[in-house]
Formats: sequence, C-alpha cells, structure tokens
Amino acid sequence: MQGALEDFFRALRAADVKVSPAEAIDAHRTVEKVGFADRELFKDALCATLAKTSDEVIRFDETFETFFRRDELSFEPPPQGEGDPMEGLPEEAEASELARMLLEGDASGLAQAMEEAAQRAQVSQIRLTTQRSRLTRRLLEEMGLAQIESIIANARKLEGGGDAADRLEAGKRRLAQEAQRYVERQHELYASGSGKMLREEMLARKALNADGGIDPIDQAMMQALVKKMAKRLADRYSRRRNRARKGHMDIRRTLRKSMPYGGMPFEIIWKTQKIDKPSIICICDVSKSVAAAAQFLLTFLYSLNEVVDRMEAYAFSGRLISVNDILDDEHVDGAIFQVLRKIGFQQTDYGKSLEDFCENHLDSVDRHTTVIFLGDGRSNYADPRLDLMATIQNRARSVIWLNPEPESYWSQGDSVMYRYERFCHVAKTCNTLGQLERIIEDVLRTYVPH
Amino acid sequence: MTATSPAAIKAAQPDVLSSVDALIEGLAGVGYIASRRIATALYMAIHLQKPILVEGSAGVGKTELALSTAKLLGQPLIRMQCYEGLDESKALYEWKYGKQLLYTQILKDRMGAALSDAQDMDAAMERLHGIGDLFFSEPFLEPRPLMKALKEDDGCVLLIDEIDKSDEAFEAFLLEVLSAYQVSIPELGVIEAKTPPLVFLTSNNIRDLGDALKRRCLHLHIPLPDADLERKIVASRVPGVEQTLTTSLVGFVQSLRTLDLRKSPSISETVDWARALILLNADSLNPEIVRDTLNVLLKFEPDIAAVEPQISELLRRPAA
Repeated sequence: MQGALEDFFRALRAADVKVSPAEAIDAHRTVEKVGFADRELFKDALCATLAKTSDEVIRFDETFETFFRRDELSFEPPPQGEGDPMEGLPEEAEASELARMLLEGDASGLAQAMEEAAQRAQVSQIRLTTQRSRLTRRLLEEMGLAQIESIIANARKLEGGGDAADRLEAGKRRLAQEAQRYVERQHELYASGSGKMLREEMLARKALNADGGIDPIDQAMMQALVKKMAKRLADRYSRRRNRARKGHMDIRRTLRKSMPYGGMPFEIIWKTQKIDKPSIICICDVSKSVAAAAQFLLTFLYSLNEVVDRMEAYAFSGRLISVNDILDDEHVDGAIFQVLRKIGFQQTDYGKSLEDFCENHLDSVDRHTTVIFLGDGRSNYADPRLDLMATIQNRARSVIWLNPEPESYWSQGDSVMYRYERFCHVAKTCNTLGQLERIIEDVLRTYVPH
Repeated sequence: MTATSPAAIKAAQPDVLSSVDALIEGLAGVGYIASRRIATALYMAIHLQKPILVEGSAGVGKTELALSTAKLLGQPLIRMQCYEGLDESKALYEWKYGKQLLYTQILKDRMGAALSDAQDMDAAMERLHGIGDLFFSEPFLEPRPLMKALKEDDGCVLLIDEIDKSDEAFEAFLLEVLSAYQVSIPELGVIEAKTPPLVFLTSNNIRDLGDALKRRCLHLHIPLPDADLERKIVASRVPGVEQTLTTSLVGFVQSLRTLDLRKSPSISETVDWARALILLNADSLNPEIVRDTLNVLLKFEPDIAAVEPQISELLRRPAA
C-alpha cells in the first residue's frame, strides 16, 4: 500500500495540492491509525492531513475519487453448461493464467493482473499525451499479450481450434480496450497538472497588451498569479516595520545602562515602538490607449487592494475617481467591469487627472506613502503638468511607475513617459506577468527608499 | 514526535476517543453537533497529536468546537485571542522586572557580607560564580497563555483564536510551539510540555496563512451546515423550541443563504434567532414576526432591505 499512497501523493501534486514530505509522513501515520476499511473515514482523515485550504479540499476530493475509483472491467463469464471454455486450445494454453481468465471472463482477476502489470510497466510515470499508446502497449506486454498471441496462432493451426481462437481473440480485443482506458485515467491523474503548469509558464511570458489580450480561459489563472504577486508586494511592505513595542521595560538594556551608576537602575529603558505603517496609493490608467492592458492593470489593482490594509485606489482616463468602494464591494470581474463602465476607454488626460488628484486627495500623500502609477504615459498632447508630479514626488516616500509599453516607445508620439520618469524612483516596463514578478522581487527591494 | 496517543487524555476518556462515531456522540453529549468530517479531523488531531487549523466564515462554530472539546475531555481550556501587534511578551512569557530590580538591590546589599571572607580577587570571583544565579529564573517568569498551556501537566486544550489577525512575525514564532510543543527562552533554555496540549487555531481568512504554519496543522474547513444538521443543532442548543418551528425557521435561513447577501446568516445567527422567537412566544413563522426579528439574522442594512420585500415569498417556499 506504501506504493499506492506515494502514487496518490504524486497525483495530488499534479492536481496542485501541495504535499510536503512531512505531510506525507503524517498521511502514513493517519492511514496506520484509521486503516482502509472505512472509505469515508479514510478519505476524511487523509483530507484533514493533506489539503490545507478550501480550494485544496475540492481538488483533493476530485483526485481522491478518480484515484481510488476502479471501474468494473466489462468481462462476462461465458454462458453456463458449455463445457470447458479452454477446450480446443493448444496445450501451452493450459499454463497461461491470462488465457484462462480471458475465456472465463474473470473480471476481478483481470483487474488485479492489470494493476500488477501497470506497476511493472510504470504506467503511473506518464507525463505526456504522446506516451499513452506506448504505455498501453507496455502494459499489455507485461500482462502476457505475446503469449496470448502465440496461443491464438497455434490454435488456428489445430484442427477445430478456430472457434476457441476466435473467442480468445475477442477477449484480447476487450482487454486492449480496458488497458487503453486504464492508461487514459492514469494520464488524467498525473499528467493533466503538468499541462497546467506549462500554460501558467506561457501565460507569464505573454504580452498583456498583445492582440486579443488574455484568453478568457486564462483569466482565472492570471488572477491567481497576480494575486500571489500582489501579496508578495504587500508582504515586503508590511515587514518593513521597526521592531519592539511600548509600555514594557527592556530589562537587558536597563541593566547594562545601570552599570555606570553602580548597578542602580538609574535610566530605565523602555521597549519603544515606532510602527511604520506604510500605505500605498495606486493610480491606474484605464483609457483607450491602454485598453488591452487595462484588464491586467485593474486585476493587479484589485489584488493589491485585497492584500494591503492601507491602500487607496484611483482610476482615470479623462478625469480621476476613487475606486476604493467598487474594489471593496464587488467581486473581481464585477469590479473591473464597473470601473471600466464608469470611467474607462475615454481620451486620456494625465494633466487633468493629476490636477484632480492633487486637488482632492493630495492630503493623503505623506512620507509613508508609496505612490504607484499604472499607465502608459500617453497624454494626447495635453499639458502633462509636471509640476504636480514634482509635488507628489516631494511629498511621497517613493513614486513607482509601471508602464505596459517597452522603454523604446517612451519618447515616441504623444508619450510623455520620459518626462514623468524623472519624477519616479522606479519606472519600469511591466508588460508580462513575468516582468511584474521580477519587479516585485528585485526592483522594489533594491530601489525603494525608506 | 512519537506515534503514541496522549496517555492522559486516554485515561480520562477511554470510550469517547475509541472511534469517530463515539466522538460524534460524545460531542453531542456536551451540546456540539458535529458532522463526520469535523469529528474525523478532531479524531486525527488527538491521535496524531497535531494542532488543528479550523477555518470557516464567522459564526459556524469554530471557537465553539474547541470549547466543547475541552468540556468533553474534561480538560482546562486556555484561550488566546490574537490581534495585530500581539507579541511574545503577551503570548508566551514576561519577566517580572519589578521584582528583578528589587532582587538586584538585595543582592548588592548582601554581596559585601558574602564576599568579605574571600582571600583575594580570584577567590571572590569564584565565590560570585558559585552563588546561584536567580536573576533569570523561573520564579521571575510571568507565564502567559502559551506558556501556561505547555506547563499544564495533565494536558489542556489550547485555543489560539483568530490567528489570521496576528502579524506574520507572530505566526513564525508559533511554529516552534506547534510542531515540538516547546518554547525557547533565551535566558533559560528550552521549556518542553510534559503532556502536549490539544491545540486549536481558528481563522476567518482575513489574510492567507503561511505554508509553514499550515503544514504543521491538520486542516478543517467548517462549511455552513445542511438543513438536517442545522435542525439538530438548533434542537440541541435551544431546548424549548418546537419541532415544527425548528423545521420552518431552518428552512427560512437555508433559503436566505441562497440569496446574494453581503453576509449570509451562519449557525450562531440561526440559534440566536430561534432563541429570540422563543422569547417572543412565537410558535410559527409569519411575515410580521420575521420582519420584526430580521435584524437578528442579518447584520447589514442593505441585506435587510433586500430581504424584506421577499419575506412572504421565502416563507412559502417548501423547506429544503
């Protein structure tokens, strides 16, 4: 059973349920405790040790059902009273267990033989769709197909052996079908997940403002990826807090300080606290020129809003509005739709939008604030209001600009990105999820002043 | 960690822990109606000696599970409420520094007498090292919930409530306690639990917990109950309620949950509502009484406004 459990863990990992070695050990101890007799108990107990989020519970349930389901093989015993089904076969058939089982329609015996053969053929190592036919062949060979074939050939040469040979031939065909189904199911268990990983990788490299943007099928996956990154960004910020607290005496340092006073605790040292609560202001362009990337930018905005406590979100194209309420109340798709409907796809005017921001919201920018701009910096030849940008830069801890366009476009056409760039601590191209990840990993850590 | 079961618990309650079914019955005996999944997770937690992380929306009975388990096992419950800024001096231990300072004063006064007969400096130093160092010792230690739980020799139930509200640093600090049932105090060394406590962690999913923490725990997600289970819970929690009323009020709550509400009523709201109806002497549901008591079930004004016009229609629906 050890092997079966290990296979099950691999199937779970393929289904994106994380199983660490420590959890695998726990699972073995669990099984030791509950045994296999009660299927429900077995399942629930394993679920509690292995699946650690409600999403994982759902995937666990699915995988469990697929993994431990064994379809009844569709073999029927021959009609009663027809004598020995082995009649008419050459002598070597007597020694073949498989031939007997096929002719007698011994479904459970065949199923067991197939499991054993599958282990020898290492069917569970399947990775790719193209391996299916080869593995089916291997599985059949391990079960003793060659022998059956030679029995059939020999039976045909025998006098009156044709009938038995036909029956055996039919049994062989059914067996081949069953083997194919078996391999198919193993493929579903172990290989479908690696396909997903491949898709995730492709997605991370795909340009987000490419034609057609992101496939609707990939939306959910992108949201998950973006959320992960937004969380990482938020983590990086929340960790930047000074340690210690107030209202408690720091006994070690007090004693050390008392040394010069002859051991008199003359100077009491408190564990002082200066919690630096960073806040983020995120201003997102949703105008026509970034239409393709808007979906992505808003997803990022939404995820950021979910993971950061003190976060203010604004969106603009012609004018600027606060979208905090929409992001808080709606589900991600709904929120993106609402924002786009309210203000999206109009003519961009960076100057006007900065004006709106400075007029109404400048108070919320202070030296703890990081201002993140998401946009292409294309202002339709309107006044970019660099003075306001300078004001924001002066007040804020840092200004970050993530631009979906590559750097070589920044000075072309109506783009004023290169002029805004001077007022940013970090200005980077962010056009794929991979780039976003890199920015969050490296750039912010290195360049953001604090 | 060994695979043996906690001996102390076993001795106290031999029958209840023998199987999952017995555990369900035992919990029912102390007023907690558990689904099979809940009981299995609890059973595994006790036998594998692992902490159990309970998730679910507010009011589904996460904290109640810990309380009932403590009652069932006859063990003390030590509860620690987490919040932002919680640190080890509030969770684990604190030095009684006032007394420590007094101790240094006494020590200073006595030092002259203790060292007066030393021949030279080396001897005095020898003598000084020979005097027991009490400064950082257990008598000066003020235990906080985690330490108290480790020090309970006969075991206890430790409830770490709303772990998701604490900082990530605190979460990391908990890892040692949860995996080895021990804490390291820099001045004293490692303090180990004689009998590992049964640990419950609850989370409302305000933030995602770290993988390291999740890996050390069994995971249990308590969903909103189905109608059958909920009827049993109401019957157990509100003894005076009549069966027909239970059926119709649970049916009403269940149909509320199918609506798109900001906060669906959970079990605690159902139970509160049943109690309210008893207080008002209602023996059946009618639109007026539902309208009057709707604020017990729904906690957001927009939700109440959305449900109010539909009350009669919801009541006519056959109970699920």
